[in-house]
Amino acid sequence: MSEKITVEKKVLSENDKLAVNIRTQLKQRGIVALNFVSSPGSGKTSLLEKTLGALNNELRIGLIAGDVQTENDANRLLRAGGKMVRPIVTGGACHLDARMISRVLPELDLEKIDVLFIENVGNLVCPSSYDLGEDMKVVLLSTTEGDDKPLKYPGMFRRSSVMVINKIDLLGSSDFDMNRVKENARRINADLKIFEVSCRTGQGLGEWYDWIKHLVNDARTSATG
Amino acid sequence: MHELSIAASIVETVLQEIARKSLPPVQTIAVRIGALSSVDPGALRFGFDSLISDTPLAQTKLEIEFVPAGGKCRACGQDFAVQDFVFACPRCDSGQIDMTRGDELDIAYLEVEDGRET
Repeated sequence: MSEKITVEKKVLSENDKLAVNIRTQLKQRGIVALNFVSSPGSGKTSLLEKTLGALNNELRIGLIAGDVQTENDANRLLRAGGKMVRPIVTGGACHLDARMISRVLPELDLEKIDVLFIENVGNLVCPSSYDLGEDMKVVLLSTTEGDDKPLKYPGMFRRSSVMVINKIDLLGSSDFDMNRVKENARRINADLKIFEVSCRTGQGLGEWYDWIKHLVNDARTSATG
Repeated sequence: MHELSIAASIVETVLQEIARKSLPPVQTIAVRIGALSSVDPGALRFGFDSLISDTPLAQTKLEIEFVPAGGKCRACGQDFAVQDFVFACPRCDSGQIDMTRGDELDIAYLEVEDGRET
């Protein structure tokens, strides 16, 4: 005979608790936090390098760069002018989690940050499960990938608020179809805000920079405490 | 591996529950996995089975309830089963959809040996 004991607890409740804690710390200071996700090689680091180049004098930008091995991305961000950059080397985990962010957050002076960019491990599956305390996920996709990617990774595209299509300078070099990728993405998530950019040529980045500035302005006016 | 860390979280949470509530041996752990959770039930079971030997859960079975994705249309109020992860209302074609189910990654309940003093 057996007895049923109700639990009704999220498997990732420990992660979620830490994420709420992170979110509270950031919201109290009016800090905007974005979690950048994509397949490896879509251009997360490049996008952050360009954003640093354009906005570093106007905004106080904090960055956390995660990878399985090496601090290469964090070093690139330092070379691009990042003044507050912390690396996370997971050593094997295929995603960042709230515990990792919690450990590294005290190394950043949150009083001196307007916006926090978190570059996740390149992976369209696992990072979608882990709340890092961010305001929203930004999912990148490049024109050298398949335009059916949103359909293949619905979890990630559903949970993201923004999609950045990168490498538009390479359109035409493959069968990637811009209309098709946007249609596919909207079937999964009609609320996705979409940017089309080339980090290499700079095309389309103006709108991206304006949007970041907007976010920071809005956050400043609604900061608690 | 992703499912391995999910399985490890399940084991950790259940061991905590056992300690907290002084539970008798756990026969079954019932988990709920949503279609959009990005967790593969087979891989989860494999990961779980590989973690439980030499723990109090060595004889425990994992029961997995898979939850398909469902949505509610904000435009017309229609509740529907989401087909192929397409979040569009089958009645009015709106993309303004709230996901009502399919995101779960929960430990629902445990089945433990009966015979506790009440």
